[in-house]
Amino acid sequence: MSTMTVEVVTPERVVYSGEASMVIARGVEGDLGILPNHMPLVTPLKIAPVRIKTEGDKEIKMAVSGGFMEVRGDKVTIIAETAERPEDIDVARAKAAKARAEQRLSERHPDLDVRRAELALQRAMARLDVADNR
Amino acid sequence: MAKGTRELRRRIKSVKNTRQITKAMKMVAAAKLRRAQEKAEAARPYANKIQEIIASIASGTTAVKHPMLQSRPVKKTGYIVITSDRGLVGGYNANMIRKVLQTIDEKHKSKDEYAIFVIGRKGRDYFRKRNYPVIEEVVGLPETPTFADIKKIASGAVELFATGQIDELYICYNEFRSAISQIPTITRLLPLDAVGGNADRKVNYEYEPSAEEVLAVLLPKYAETLVYSALLDAKASQWGAQMTAMGNATDNASEMIDRYTLEYNRARQAAITQEISEIVAGANAQA
Repeated sequence: MSTMTVEVVTPERVVYSGEASMVIARGVEGDLGILPNHMPLVTPLKIAPVRIKTEGDKEIKMAVSGGFMEVRGDKVTIIAETAERPEDIDVARAKAAKARAEQRLSERHPDLDVRRAELALQRAMARLDVADNR
Repeated sequence: MAKGTRELRRRIKSVKNTRQITKAMKMVAAAKLRRAQEKAEAARPYANKIQEIIASIASGTTAVKHPMLQSRPVKKTGYIVITSDRGLVGGYNANMIRKVLQTIDEKHKSKDEYAIFVIGRKGRDYFRKRNYPVIEEVVGLPETPTFADIKKIASGAVELFATGQIDELYICYNEFRSAISQIPTITRLLPLDAVGGNADRKVNYEYEPSAEEVLAVLLPKYAETLVYSALLDAKASQWGAQMTAMGNATDNASEMIDRYTLEYNRARQAAITQEISEIVAGANAQA
């Protein structure tokens, strides 16, 4: 089976680097499954889990926010503001963040920053989703 | 013994204590400098990658238009000034602030023409006390700042540019050249200069949804990344400056101790000589 190199890069460090047979990510236009030899592509990503399938049919999940994906030949680069592996995620904190964001959204305060609350909610949900499947 | 000697001994002891502290600070700064450099190194792939993509968009599609790439008449200028939270870093903060003031004096006539975003307690205190227009401030950054720590100030400044409240954005920080040389630098962040890339590696990407939209998301990110890497550079400079300053302080303390010790020994000898001559004089008088 052919593989490609996958790299996940954040401003702080390279979070992941390795071979993979498939990358599944949620782009702004919808879900994308990238296989080796995909055509060159650049797309922003939604705040969502990214799944990287490695050779031995293993799957690595990562919660990505503020991200981008670049596909070029046999190399996929995900550039993101944050990218967290399940073991990096503080579940209690994510749950609290989710509850807080939901509460803010349901209260509908006039001076509420809806967009910010929504983003917080999305981040929390992506984290919880990733953390579940460890 | 003369009272001078006791005073000297006390001073020697006190300077020795100071030397111990400055020596320790120097070593701590050296260790932190190394870590800060590693951190700055680790941030590089991210910035490079974004730059690469922007460059390929800019070179691939003709006439990409984005407000962040276009110069417009300047009515108001923003400055992001990076200073340290603490002192004992030699001329680190003073040099930076002097350079900023010089630039402001040259370019602006009134306080309405510019706005300052300040990072670091030293800079904040300075600009606040003298009533400079500080719109945003970040103090108490951790020693190894994360991207999230400065996201607020960076995206805030970029936002002000995007909404037209400022027409130019400069970043002022101490550029790290080496452990002993840090240069206060002011560079223009926005509008972004044409992002040059190695055009020979041009790839025809498919952009989803479109090149313009990708660029619209990428450019603010790129600007924020530049702020972040400037901050990491400034942090490395800060430790470098502290290392040098504390090294000098240690040397000065050693020199001072030598001088005092010499003086102390002289005084001690003089006292002994005097005592002997007194005894001899006494003995002679009795004989």
